[in-house]
Amino acid sequence: MAYTDKTRGMYNDILTGMKDAGLFKQERYIHSAQAADIIVEFPEGAELKKVINICANNYLGLSSHPEVVKAAHAGLDSHGYGMSSVRFICGTQDIHKKLEKMVTEFLGTEDTILFPSCMDANAGVFEAVLTKDDVMISDRLVHASIIDGIRLCSAMHDTFKHSDMGHLEEKLQLHNDKRQKMVITDGVFSMDGDTAKLDQMAELCEKYDAMLFCDESHSSGFIGKTGRGTHEKCGVMGKMDIITTTFGKGLGGASGGCVSGRKELVEMCRQKARPYLFSNTIAPPVVAGVIKVLEILSATTERRDKLEKNTEFWRKGLTEAGLIIKDGDTPIVPVMLFNAKLSQDVSKDLYNEGIYAIGFFFPVVPQGAARIRTQISAGHEIHHLEKALDAFRKVGKKYNILGKTKAEIIEMYGM
Amino acid sequence: MEDMKEIVRTYVVNEYVEDDTEVTFDTPLISGGIVDSFSMVSLKRFLENKYKISIPDDKATPEAFDSVNKICMLVKEFTKE
Repeated sequence: MAYTDKTRGMYNDILTGMKDAGLFKQERYIHSAQAADIIVEFPEGAELKKVINICANNYLGLSSHPEVVKAAHAGLDSHGYGMSSVRFICGTQDIHKKLEKMVTEFLGTEDTILFPSCMDANAGVFEAVLTKDDVMISDRLVHASIIDGIRLCSAMHDTFKHSDMGHLEEKLQLHNDKRQKMVITDGVFSMDGDTAKLDQMAELCEKYDAMLFCDESHSSGFIGKTGRGTHEKCGVMGKMDIITTTFGKGLGGASGGCVSGRKELVEMCRQKARPYLFSNTIAPPVVAGVIKVLEILSATTERRDKLEKNTEFWRKGLTEAGLIIKDGDTPIVPVMLFNAKLSQDVSKDLYNEGIYAIGFFFPVVPQGAARIRTQISAGHEIHHLEKALDAFRKVGKKYNILGKTKAEIIEMYGM
Repeated sequence: MEDMKEIVRTYVVNEYVEDDTEVTFDTPLISGGIVDSFSMVSLKRFLENKYKISIPDDKATPEAFDSVNKICMLVKEFTKE
């Protein structure tokens, strides 16, 4: 009622400021199911265009997998559309418990609790298990949802330099007087695609009597020999105290997340985590879809093996083309361009070549670290990747960045 | 006091600076984006351990921690007591 012209003007000024600063985010409308090939409308009203998607979190190509879609249909028929209740009133079905048990087995933990999203899992878990007598020590590059969860928790919070085990040990010593210490990291870091040193972190946690927390959203389903996650890759299955992960990326791509780990900690979440207590859980058709995803991944490693091969091909192709990529072996492959405008221009030109990839720049990544973040999928065939490499070579040549060093690119385009 | 300033400056550089940013005794640390409010806790605990003091939370404000000079003045306030 009191939304005056002055108020409207204030918000319009803020939004204009975002546009002027190049920070305004625009959606691109996809007119097809999520897949390697998608039909896109961009900008709004433009003619539809078929492009290859290399920026989805659809790591295992399961977002539109016929078996998953069929299972979701069956779940809709058998268990309905929604629950109209939070879990502890009348919102828990047999399939929710079945999925929790399956996730526990898949991740090699003691128990699991579902959340509407991993954002919610991270928002609720710290407050549920820690108090002001405790300390949270997090890697400086953890995901925004973890930072939000940490802000909601009364425990003391400190950080350690990204993946710096010496610094982490100093922090564990500094806070050794706290009742509980929790070390917090991502498994695979979403912007750089590098992997946490969970083996070393587990050793340090044992030495200093600390709990170990890992967000496996960008690793569940495909990192490690059988795709269990970073903890499998690092040989610390069974040693993790808390894992959070999402069903919105590799594990089907729809929605939902969970906290999985020590049974007492999971029970604390069931009793105290606010996003669990005050929000509906995952809808029945999605639960049925994720159950099918876990059945597929438990039966065969075919999809994560294909993803691994695709990733090797892609990383090798980009490197041979003379582009600078971040080291690593995960399907998150950032192509470094350093300059924000250059990353936007390259993204636009790639789109014109039929490749959908987005530029990331400050404040999402540090100043002077602008990039195109590419993400490979088991849904890609080699012909998709070859076409995408051709486009990168063509656009790279246009901007004269092939075979150039970081310093040379910065000299040409600035930070 | 000069010794303390150098000790605090060195700690800040080692703890928070990951590029070639220069930190002087007057460089704005919090408002300048060098130290985020999350990471202030380690600086507070470092000062408390090093100088055997206890800084109440209501005194450990972003303003009081915003430069090496201000931090040292705060520490002095508690070491006198």
